[in-house]
Amino acid sequence: MREAEIHDIEVQVFLEALRLRHGYDFTHYARASIKRRLEGLVKDMGHQNLSEIIPLLLREHDMLPKVLGSMSVPVTEMFRDPQIFKALREKVLPMLSTYPRVNIWQAGCATGEEVYSLAILLKEEGLYDKTSIYATDINDSAIARAEEGIVSQKCMEVYSRNYLAAGGKGALSDYYHARYNFVKLDETLKKNIVFAHHNVVADGVFCETHLLLCRNLLIYFSKDLQDQVLRLFYDSLVRGGFLCLGSRESIRFSSIADEFTPVDETLRIFRCCPRLEKR
Amino acid sequence: MGRFDAVVIGCSVGGLKALQAVLDPLPEDFPLPILVAAHSAPDSGGILPGVLGAHCRLAVAEAKEKKETRPGHVYLAPPNYHLLVENNRTLSLSVDPRVKYSRPSIDVLFLSAAAAFGTRLIGILLTGANSDGAVGLKEIRDEGGVCIVQDPLTAKAKTMPQSALDIGVADHVVALEDIPDVLESFVEKGNG
Ligand SMILES: C[S@@+](CC[C@H](N)C(=O)[O-])C[C@H]1O[C@@H](n2cnc3c(N)ncnc32)[C@H](O)[C@@H]1O
Repeated sequence: MREAEIHDIEVQVFLEALRLRHGYDFTHYARASIKRRLEGLVKDMGHQNLSEIIPLLLREHDMLPKVLGSMSVPVTEMFRDPQIFKALREKVLPMLSTYPRVNIWQAGCATGEEVYSLAILLKEEGLYDKTSIYATDINDSAIARAEEGIVSQKCMEVYSRNYLAAGGKGALSDYYHARYNFVKLDETLKKNIVFAHHNVVADGVFCETHLLLCRNLLIYFSKDLQDQVLRLFYDSLVRGGFLCLGSRESIRFSSIADEFTPVDETLRIFRCCPRLEKR
Repeated sequence: MGRFDAVVIGCSVGGLKALQAVLDPLPEDFPLPILVAAHSAPDSGGILPGVLGAHCRLAVAEAKEKKETRPGHVYLAPPNYHLLVENNRTLSLSVDPRVKYSRPSIDVLFLSAAAAFGTRLIGILLTGANSDGAVGLKEIRDEGGVCIVQDPLTAKAKTMPQSALDIGVADHVVALEDIPDVLESFVEKGNG
């Protein structure tokens, strides 16, 4: 048997152990990326093979956070893909402003850069005070970082450029204080943000949502799992609610594609069409 | 059935010209899918498929996640995404951290392709100014695939092909303009 095939078996056994022992099901994630991340874990722990970690996964209490930490890599940016934030500002927020209260759910918030970007948009468009934002992820240490609102100083140049390209009305520096090598984002940005642990694979509808952002998470899922999660999103959205996906993600081939109309297909912003039985 | 099922190509600085030199001469019935990781600016907006497609007889497009790889098609990693192949030979994308400062990373593509295609893979490493791709090429070789490295003397930036030569993973060191012929000879030998 080829080395690569043995490796595949190890990955499968590991994922089964994780699911059976800890209830986290990664078996329907796209396998190639999962394999890479598990290789990283094996190296970090100073082992040779994934098989060596399986007994620890079953028996050691402190293994789960370590494993989850390396399997859900929180990579993100402020105003990543600025055109998308510009479109949210120009096309989506004006529609949301007609509601008396607005709920926004950002699934897969990672370390929070995106949800703070959204908060800035809402402030500038005058919607912040009537909005509740729920930012969720399965990676608890990422959520903790997000709550602190701290961003590395060296990224700010790119983020400032992104902010302006997204139609920013001032300067990004209006929203943070520089400290040594990092910046602290303005506390008032998080007043209406609730950070929470939520697993889109296993947990249910989160809130009655007017705008749902889930970017660069579905690409990690198998087609069937994408379908399941998109259905969860559909169930969470109010009639006429908006769904915003990552720039290389699509709903076109999913079973609920017909329930949405594109607001801007290339920017991956969709609107949940009214169906008779929908609220 | 032929000896090979897919080609993977990696390049960086000077990559556009080099890719054109490799792809343009290939016939439209070239029997393998070609997967490409080319370093580019994250905000370059994905213009590469259009530029390459203009002179090439193969169907050139940006790689889409979950797509099956088809013969005669060229799949380019989107800017700022890693491109990977699954064992069932469909494409995946990821925004995982940069590898050797690069996303897309050539190593990421090559490693996943080596696992998916095993002995049935041809890896090609072209011009570039860092050492991305060498590790991936080694894996392709270890899995029994074939590795072609652009002769550094014909490369705009030599570091990338040279670092593959330094770790001794090249089965063939080929001048840029000869790569299409070599590629076709492999395909004819095995696929005729
Ligand atoms: C690549 S990041 C995307 C961050 C941000 N949305 C962006 O596009 O910049 C993906 C995030 O999804 C989280 N994640 C992975 N699986 C998840 C799941 N089943 N439920 C919720 N979040 C998940 C990861 O922890 C990670 O923080």
